[in-house]
Amino acid sequence: MIEIEIDGKKLEVAPGSMIIEAADAAGINIPRFCYHKKLSVAANCRMCLVDVDKVGKALPACATPVTAGMKVQTQSQKAMEAQRAVMEFLLINHPLDCPICDQGGQCELQDISMGYGPDVSRYNFGKRSIKDKDIGPLIETEMTRCIQCTRCVRFGTEIAGLREMGAYNRGENLEIGTFIEKSLVSEMSANIIDLCPVGALTSKPFRFTARAWELIQHASIPSHDCIGSNIYVHTRNHHGIMRVVPRENESINETWISDRDRFSYTAFKSNDRLTVPMVKRGGHWQEVDWQQALDFAVTKLQDLLHQQGAKQLAGLISPSSTVEEFYLFQKLLRSLGCDNIDHRLHQTDFSHQQNMMQFPGLGMTLEELQQQEIIVLIGSNIQREQPIAGHRVRKASLQGCKIFQINVVDYQFNFTVTDKYIVKPSELVHALAQIAKALSLVSDQKIPDNTLDFLSNITINENVRAIAEQLLIGERKTLILGAIAQNHPQAGLLSQISELIARLCGAKIAYLTEGANAAGAWLAGAIPHRHAASNNMAMEGLNTADAIAAKLKGYILFNVEPECDCANPNLALQAIEQAEVVISFSTFKSPSLMLYADILLPIAPFAEMSGTFINTEGKWQSFNATTLPKGDTRPGWKVIRVLGNLMNLPQFDYVSAEQIRDELKVMIDAQSFTSSVPSYNQLTQSSYSHQTNNHLERITEWPIYRIDALVRRSIPLQQSAASILPGIYLNNAFAQQLNLTDGSKTTVKQGDGEANLAVIIDDKIPDNCVFIPAGFSETAKLGASFGIIEIGSAHG
Amino acid sequence: MSSNNKTILSEKVCAEIDRWLTKYPPHGKQSALLPALLIAQENNDNWLPQHIIEAVADYLAIPRIAAFEVASFYSMYHLKPVGKNVISVCTNISCMLSGSEKIEHYLNKKLGVKFGETTEDCKYTIKEVECLAACANAPVCQINKDYHENLTPEKLDEILKKLDN
Repeated sequence: MIEIEIDGKKLEVAPGSMIIEAADAAGINIPRFCYHKKLSVAANCRMCLVDVDKVGKALPACATPVTAGMKVQTQSQKAMEAQRAVMEFLLINHPLDCPICDQGGQCELQDISMGYGPDVSRYNFGKRSIKDKDIGPLIETEMTRCIQCTRCVRFGTEIAGLREMGAYNRGENLEIGTFIEKSLVSEMSANIIDLCPVGALTSKPFRFTARAWELIQHASIPSHDCIGSNIYVHTRNHHGIMRVVPRENESINETWISDRDRFSYTAFKSNDRLTVPMVKRGGHWQEVDWQQALDFAVTKLQDLLHQQGAKQLAGLISPSSTVEEFYLFQKLLRSLGCDNIDHRLHQTDFSHQQNMMQFPGLGMTLEELQQQEIIVLIGSNIQREQPIAGHRVRKASLQGCKIFQINVVDYQFNFTVTDKYIVKPSELVHALAQIAKALSLVSDQKIPDNTLDFLSNITINENVRAIAEQLLIGERKTLILGAIAQNHPQAGLLSQISELIARLCGAKIAYLTEGANAAGAWLAGAIPHRHAASNNMAMEGLNTADAIAAKLKGYILFNVEPECDCANPNLALQAIEQAEVVISFSTFKSPSLMLYADILLPIAPFAEMSGTFINTEGKWQSFNATTLPKGDTRPGWKVIRVLGNLMNLPQFDYVSAEQIRDELKVMIDAQSFTSSVPSYNQLTQSSYSHQTNNHLERITEWPIYRIDALVRRSIPLQQSAASILPGIYLNNAFAQQLNLTDGSKTTVKQGDGEANLAVIIDDKIPDNCVFIPAGFSETAKLGASFGIIEIGSAHG
Repeated sequence: MSSNNKTILSEKVCAEIDRWLTKYPPHGKQSALLPALLIAQENNDNWLPQHIIEAVADYLAIPRIAAFEVASFYSMYHLKPVGKNVISVCTNISCMLSGSEKIEHYLNKKLGVKFGETTEDCKYTIKEVECLAACANAPVCQINKDYHENLTPEKLDEILKKLDN
């Protein structure tokens, strides 16, 4: 540490740091536009000029490293004059349109010109003006206001890893933009709204709807991925939620949030909102009050239990529900004698569930993820599934971490993939088994004989051997199993073999789950084989796939839209249509919901209620409601509680979400979780035998903006360039083989379901496979996410 | 994408760019952007349409916007079709003080076009450029690849006559 002095204040600072960092740490304000602590130093705005002792000219504080004994004045006459001069230059071309500028009231230029600028302009020539650019549905541009700090350009290069914005032309013609008109495709693009110190880049959906000083800020957590980014929700009196901005949390989201977390609020005002309870009597829907709706639900449920028994009932709950909702949901069902409870709607193979740790998660902090030396992505599209985790992996990569991809789609990331092995879904188990085998030949780790037998029939492809050999080098290694690995029909085997690989190369296993709160679901018992805070049960209930395949008499859906949210939407819809009782807790209504449900209970989305999410690191983050729920909507936990009361179930008297959370927390803390034996010990020769096939296979993911009911109704997100279209994606060579051309419509068939979709050429898809995204009504008639599919030729 | 480049950039252009690439380390392909754009321009009637800039960026595996930035910054790249002869007139301070305005007005009158425009017969494009680094002999203009110094309207007249033949 070295000693310096700023404005007479003696400070101890780390050598190599810049004056502005030292001043920020000491709470001394230096004005700035281009400097941002998360971006590289550009030193082009010159606003942070300070007076350094024994130096002739004022120096930029952002680009001047501290030296021992340095004396800095931020308020001396020389500093003030320099700052005033810079301010005057910056304002020469800046329009005086603050009254019609969305940034007004939250503008760094406005604030700093108040503090440092002259009160009149001496410039009386024409001002520069620049034609507006359209960079997509999320960000509004008004480039005449740009002061060319280049924060947005540096964000693209350094953080998003996708250089879309640039500074072109020169001198007084210099402009910031994309040069050719295009929409930004980065999944974190809207962070440039916060970075822009002026009103050049503002939020398009928020535009002209409120002034910063009218807004009230509430801390919250969004409900779309397992990261639990910290956000502020801004509300304006009776208008409700106006916008969402990041809340800095260095350990989770730093200063960023994904576009999904930022703009999902736009769905809160969707016309699809269910705002009053509804019941279907004699085939007709009626809007009723809560009392009638709940009484009706109780009667229906009791009749069903009486006539069919609790085994004929199943509860499916969205993985983005809160801990409190999960806990009460399973408590309600289990109090009725029903263990058929699940939140794993996209999954089909549950054979590994007994061996799962206390909850599937990262097993480390996000900061530790960033420190890894080797990361293997197995069936993961991390950048789109969990943008903030993707950003951490990118940071690891920039520090020299080697990243490998074993996948069914050749995903292109914003970080360098050292080596990859892309196979069709039915070959994924074999791909991992080859890695395990290659490692077992060189690793000194002991593994059981039966596991060796399992590997005995595996022959190793040379590409895979090359990857395996690199996994042995270095420390701090992680295997990340993403959505495709978890939703795969052989997910259990994939987990087992991944555990074996982890054992052989000394890596950790991480699961990045879909939804905001899968960790909470596991801990709160929203799974068929474990009660809240408990170990495996002897008698387990039906998982999602079995509950659907069994075509039960009654289903309780909690923010589940089966046609978009289930692994096999066709089967799920059939099961739910034939059921006698379908009670749907839902934030939205949809035509298909109206068709199959009997009772619709309106429940609040995340920012309209209090609750808790447990993120992938295992961090519990509670939040309060930021606004009143819309119409007669109520928080889900309250609705379940009243339902429990009306059914006279014991211990259902909760007065707050905190009370529920604390009850669960005490149970979890009191219980010792017996960690299961490593599951690879159970692998034997008969676990798997490799068979090649020539079938056409389907690959499915739930795209970034189709993951839950909320984002599916966010119009700006749906229109953004990062959103993908429903279609049949296949590679060029394979399309030619099938005589299909880009854009032509063709039919795909799975069992009795079929869909007519556009062909989209995408060379990321392996041969003999078609990628068809889920989460669309267009693909709702299709069957399983993975498996055999037939394709009609162009000739019909 | 690579197959696409091959059709846009001719084999000859690619070969010339490859020669420049050998002068820089493999991770520094962006360093070859200036010569690569010039080569592409010389082989495309002396101008750079958008798809060629994109093809050059793709060929060098750099973000397309990085190529647009460079192509729009330097005045030696022409982003619109140009005439057979490009007359770049320096109007920076030394030339301005030595009479570049006279040169400009002479050209306006003689050729009937303003800066940034091309004559109807497509023989001449005149362009205003920043310092050509020949201040000692201001005013200066560059015609195609040659510098012409200590300009006067009379001298320019001679030069244009030669070019016309």
